[in-house]
Amino acid sequence: MSFSKTVEITETSADTRRITVTVNGTPRVVEVEPRLLLVHLLREGLALRGTHIGCDTTNCGACTVLHDGNPIKSCTMLAVQADGHEITTVEGLGTPSELDPVQEGFHREHGLQCGFCTPGMMMAARALLDREPDPSEEDVRWALSGNLCRCTGYQNIVKAVLWAADKQRGAQPAEEDAR
Amino acid sequence: MTALDEVKIGGLGASRLRVEDQRFVRGRGTYLDDIKLPGMLYMEIVRSPLAHARITRIDTSKAWQIPGVRLVLTGEMMAQRNLAWMPTLSYDTQAVLATDKVRFQGQEVVVVVADDPYIAKDGCDAVEIDYEPLPAIVNPEQSAAPGAPIIRDDKPGQTDNTCYRWEVGDREATERAFAEADVVSSLKLHYPRSHPSPIECCGAVADFDAGTGKLTVYMTTQAPHIVRAAVALIAELPEHQIRIVSPDIGGGFGNKVPVYPGYVHAILASILTGRPVKWIEDKTGNLISTGFGRDMYLDAQMALRRDGKILAVRMHADTDQGAFFADAQPSKFKVGLLHSAFACYDIGIGYITAQGHYTNKAPGGVAYRCSFRVTEAMFFQERMMQAAATDLGMDQAEFRRINLRRDVAFPARTPFGFLVDSGQYHKCLQVGLDAIGYDEFRREQAAAREKGRLLGIGISTMTEPLGAGNSREYDILGIKMFDSAELRVHLTGKAILRTGARTQGQGHETTWAQIVAHELGIPADDVVVEEGDTDTAPYGMGTYASRSTPVAGAAVSMAARKVRAKARKIAAHLLEVSEEDVEWELGRFYVRGAPERGASIQECAMAAYSNMPDGMEPGLEATAYYDPPNLTWPFACYIVTVEVDPETGVWDVLRVVAVDDCGVRINPMIVEGQIMGGLTEAYAMASMQFQTYDADGNMIGANYMDYLLPTAWETPGFELHEVVTPCPHHPIGAKGVGECAAVGGPAAFVNAVIDAIGDAGVRNIDMPLLPDRVWTALQTRQSVSGAPPVGRS
Repeated sequence: MSFSKTVEITETSADTRRITVTVNGTPRVVEVEPRLLLVHLLREGLALRGTHIGCDTTNCGACTVLHDGNPIKSCTMLAVQADGHEITTVEGLGTPSELDPVQEGFHREHGLQCGFCTPGMMMAARALLDREPDPSEEDVRWALSGNLCRCTGYQNIVKAVLWAADKQRGAQPAEEDAR
Repeated sequence: MTALDEVKIGGLGASRLRVEDQRFVRGRGTYLDDIKLPGMLYMEIVRSPLAHARITRIDTSKAWQIPGVRLVLTGEMMAQRNLAWMPTLSYDTQAVLATDKVRFQGQEVVVVVADDPYIAKDGCDAVEIDYEPLPAIVNPEQSAAPGAPIIRDDKPGQTDNTCYRWEVGDREATERAFAEADVVSSLKLHYPRSHPSPIECCGAVADFDAGTGKLTVYMTTQAPHIVRAAVALIAELPEHQIRIVSPDIGGGFGNKVPVYPGYVHAILASILTGRPVKWIEDKTGNLISTGFGRDMYLDAQMALRRDGKILAVRMHADTDQGAFFADAQPSKFKVGLLHSAFACYDIGIGYITAQGHYTNKAPGGVAYRCSFRVTEAMFFQERMMQAAATDLGMDQAEFRRINLRRDVAFPARTPFGFLVDSGQYHKCLQVGLDAIGYDEFRREQAAAREKGRLLGIGISTMTEPLGAGNSREYDILGIKMFDSAELRVHLTGKAILRTGARTQGQGHETTWAQIVAHELGIPADDVVVEEGDTDTAPYGMGTYASRSTPVAGAAVSMAARKVRAKARKIAAHLLEVSEEDVEWELGRFYVRGAPERGASIQECAMAAYSNMPDGMEPGLEATAYYDPPNLTWPFACYIVTVEVDPETGVWDVLRVVAVDDCGVRINPMIVEGQIMGGLTEAYAMASMQFQTYDADGNMIGANYMDYLLPTAWETPGFELHEVVTPCPHHPIGAKGVGECAAVGGPAAFVNAVIDAIGDAGVRNIDMPLLPDRVWTALQTRQSVSGAPPVGRS
């Protein structure tokens, strides 16, 4: 019994645990093997494929999600540890018709290239803006220092987060000059 | 009616926001691991813990007993199917699963396929393998030592560990020039082994359908058609029954060009089980077994005249190839384009020798964010330039001015046979010097030194060959290095464009549409771009070596021009004039002398399907295959200032100025994004990012705890400037840009630190310039080698 068999069910068997995790606002009751990683519950059990797996060792941050509002690396948390907690993934950002300011900022400031680190980056940025609506460049760089990007060189990512902060505060984000 | 504003329709020069972002920021990309097929099984690999050992026993019986394990593959089972070995892209062979012995740590030995990856990992743990250890060879010096154990004893006729020997240039003329030199400057360097390390690792989902005989493989590949050709040749499957799909790729940087054993395992596992099989490499597997870059030792000399003129250069390179010669490079030259070194300088004479060495290390290498070996070439060149200027007692900028080619000197042949065709080298250098405030910094540096502060400035100027290739000198497995585009304009004037390249973050979905907008006046938003599926894409050689824009991008232009040529005939028909009387402006044909009488490209498209002239073939589409007449030659000047802490050896970057001349820029925003990404990799290699091995062949740098990549915290800010010299042979004058900064950047950082130390005894510190190396140099007032230790634990 492992993640491919992780489904929402009502019976409890001997080698699994029933847990309740609120994912993007919806309580999900699932039966999981104790060794199942949270990232596998999200990706495979709940089909939320926006959270990516990069390094397996908590370094790259591609799997960053919010756990009760705090950014965590979901490759290094067991699903059972999330029992009773709230998880927010990239699918919980924005609405189908309207992007979250962080998503819009990444698009407008060219804060992504291959896009693989982007969901984790955006979740770390979301957590920063939730606790600090007017961050400095240094604040942004520090908040993102647990997330690796190999494409962009970070400069545009930092600009993207500052753009999102401006937008969120109602300040007029700088319109891109030549674009 | 006025002509369209090209920038408004998203044509050349528009910083058009990327269309691919819309799915990526929503977490809706489809990367390999997002592909899930009904009944899919999962594969894991048992890797060798030892660098060099004879396999004495493999027992897989306990793995077979685990519920949910469906298949356990060994080298013996591969050998029964003639699949234990496969050809590499460099005409060597590579073990698919080890049969006789293991030759590097991390080599693939057993494969387990199960209902899910947790069970497959359980299966791997249950496999028992006995090894008889052999001495490990971890550098070229050990490899070439008399009596060294022969690593490739599988190869008939292999009597030592030499992988290849190669030379280029004029030896005798070079010797004469050295004899006449006023000053001979010399330098020894090691460019350490580095891994491209995209955040997404390699993987495949193989799906063989016994009912149709069709093999579909979803695969993290930068070059799907090359893989299809390789699978057809290796597995002897008919090419029309093979479909390679490269989904969204989470970064490539050269790592995803080769054909790796894991792909072959997954394909065979799917054939044997009759079910789709997914293989996703973990990070350690990626770092210890897939294509690395660099690992080259250089011994170089420069013959100089007292007035600063370079008379000749001489270089010998030793490359550490690992256990199999698996270079993924398309040139006919054994050491890639190393001989592109010094192309920007007016030097008539040179001679290069190189020798490749087998070692008990991961096989490779790949062109990590460069044309093959160009990064080494430009690093050695610019480090030599600094050492030579210092030996002459000459200013770094002045020494470059004396030797850089003049604008009027194009085209020019380099001493090693390349034809450089365009550039404004002196202007780029001056823009960089002005931007950084060179003279003022030198004064500031002198004043700071009196107070015991160590400031330094490093310059790197270079032109590099991009865009492999031309069909005369570049091929992979004999397939020439062209590329292709297919453009179909629909009834309503909307279009679909497919190319043989494969984007991995470079933004082809955005920029290719801009080329179509430039050529046809169809708004970029009306063009959808598709790549990566060999069943639908025209035959192309993929994306690496900054070749997308120089080759596939040119093909896009040429396909669009074919469409325009047909549309012109349709326009003449619609306007009831002869074709010679039809003029073109962006988006519209009109009658010469009567510009108000016109037909838009959209009206021509409609007519192509609904009102074509008598006898004309219906439809409006074209395919173009493009074989570039030459490589493209972008130029760049990178200038870095640093401060070194004399107490600790820690150095901080003060400023980074980049002046890039990559020809015409399709999308300035994307070009700048590429340059900043490249500068970050340059900083990474100069400061922290490297892989080494201990004396037993254990890799240090096998995960992100040990293999350090810069984060947002360390990475400096970048100041970008541009100069534009159009490429003389590219349809829209573009040269390619993705790799320039990663190629030319590292020397600027290293030169800056050496300059800050400012001690004649410290000619070199090998990368990465870790604080302890810099501190050692400051203490000993001598160069610090980064070459791995020789000797055994």
